[in-house]
Amino acid sequence: MRNPWLWALLVAGLTACNAEQSTLHVFGAEARAVRQMALVLTIGAVLIVAIMVALYVRAVRAPEGRLSHDGGMRMVLWLGAIGPTLILTALLIYALPAMRPRATAPGDLTIRVEGEQFWWRVAYDPASDLSPLSSANEVRIPVGRTVIFELTARDVIHSFWIPGLAGKMDMIPGRTNRLVVQAEKAGRYRGVCAEFCGLSHALMAFDVVAMDGADFDAWMARSRAASTGVTASRGARLFDAHGCGGCHAIRGTPHDADIGPDLSRFGERPTLGAGILPPTPANVAAFIRFPQDAKPGARMPAYPQISVADARAIADYLKGLK
Amino acid sequence: MTDRGKWHERLKVTLWTLIVPPAIWAGHFLMAYLWAAISCAKVGAFATFPTLFVVGTIIALTLIALSGWIAWKQTHRPGDSAPHQDSTDIDRLRFLAKSTLLLAGLSFVGVIFTALPVVFLRNCL
Ligand code: HEC
Ligand SMILES: [Cu+2]
Repeated sequence: MRNPWLWALLVAGLTACNAEQSTLHVFGAEARAVRQMALVLTIGAVLIVAIMVALYVRAVRAPEGRLSHDGGMRMVLWLGAIGPTLILTALLIYALPAMRPRATAPGDLTIRVEGEQFWWRVAYDPASDLSPLSSANEVRIPVGRTVIFELTARDVIHSFWIPGLAGKMDMIPGRTNRLVVQAEKAGRYRGVCAEFCGLSHALMAFDVVAMDGADFDAWMARSRAASTGVTASRGARLFDAHGCGGCHAIRGTPHDADIGPDLSRFGERPTLGAGILPPTPANVAAFIRFPQDAKPGARMPAYPQISVADARAIADYLKGLK
Repeated sequence: MTDRGKWHERLKVTLWTLIVPPAIWAGHFLMAYLWAAISCAKVGAFATFPTLFVVGTIIALTLIALSGWIAWKQTHRPGDSAPHQDSTDIDRLRFLAKSTLLLAGLSFVGVIFTALPVVFLRNCL
């Protein structure tokens, strides 16, 4: 294979292997509608190009005198002005209904997500009388139910995008945008920040877990309770001593700050640092000492004074929180 | 020809009538924005069927079509054959009429494209 274009095409094809974060690998009704539309548009565009090429070939090959100027002008009028106008009008009518948000009912689950340099603050059912359930860097949604995302930000504009679920929606400080979705297939997926927001913008992702309704309800009920794994271990004492609780909350302890990600269920998180690293104890310990090594510009202070062993003890403690 | 058949020929296209179709388009555009803003502020939602808006759109389309039709009639004034590029009254009229006709076509489509989202979308957020 000496043709570089063929290689480029093959490499581009590899992106299709990604099933977690892809507009082509859909798991939600909204993304399905968008994919369907993209398919129709692509086929239509290819057809139009093919017709145009056929007309060019015909015009070039036509023997002298076979084509009249008047005929050419009529063709320009119909294929150049009237035809495209009709096609665009039809496409507009075809596409507009997809912009209507899904209808919601009072009982639908609301999840509030705030983008922040460079992580996500998540609150389930924020208006509920039950103790509100907060989390970070991971969004869980029940399959087959309507979910309302309330999206906002505190610092700069971010954009909330779960490619397999729905289109993206901006998170704007001082404003709450609504994104209504419905997942169709359980599984683990990935979302990203889709609006440049600072140094680690490209390292601002999150995990998405679509669960069956019953599993989700059980998870919600379990998560409203105190974290399991809260102990009086050395790691817990170090966590207190270094003032981590000034920014991080852990349910079942006095720490309830919300300046940094909620760590109540850190042991369940599939990734570390907003979707960027596997949450191995070693990675967590390294992140605690030098967050900026993993994420330039991260808003958590570095703790070079914490020894590797102590950081590891804290990491083990945090990994035990479920 | 009767007098009635000639009224559109007595109405001479000028630089002022040339801007009628785009001006109607602009007015309709403004109406779409005002209508959405007022509905959302006062009612909190778009009307199920925006009658007032549809009537306004039909009026806009009719006016644009009318000025386009007048212009079309005037481009077809009998006379010498093309090209019409001298600085004579009749050539100037034909030029202005043709421009008005094209602008009317554009404005007609513009009004439809502005109106469709208003008719299809329902939510204010
Ligand atoms: C000034 C506030 C602040 C303090 C103090 C702080 N952190 Fe953080 N922490 C943050 C922020 C902000 C982030 C998010 C960084 C990012 O991903 O951009 C974070 C992220 C983390 C994460 C990753 C969370 C996740 O979901 O992946 C862990 C683990 C963590 N901090 C542990 C600690 C520990 C342990 C301490 C104490 C030694 C500590 N933090 C002190 C603000 C703080
Ligand atoms: Cu961001």
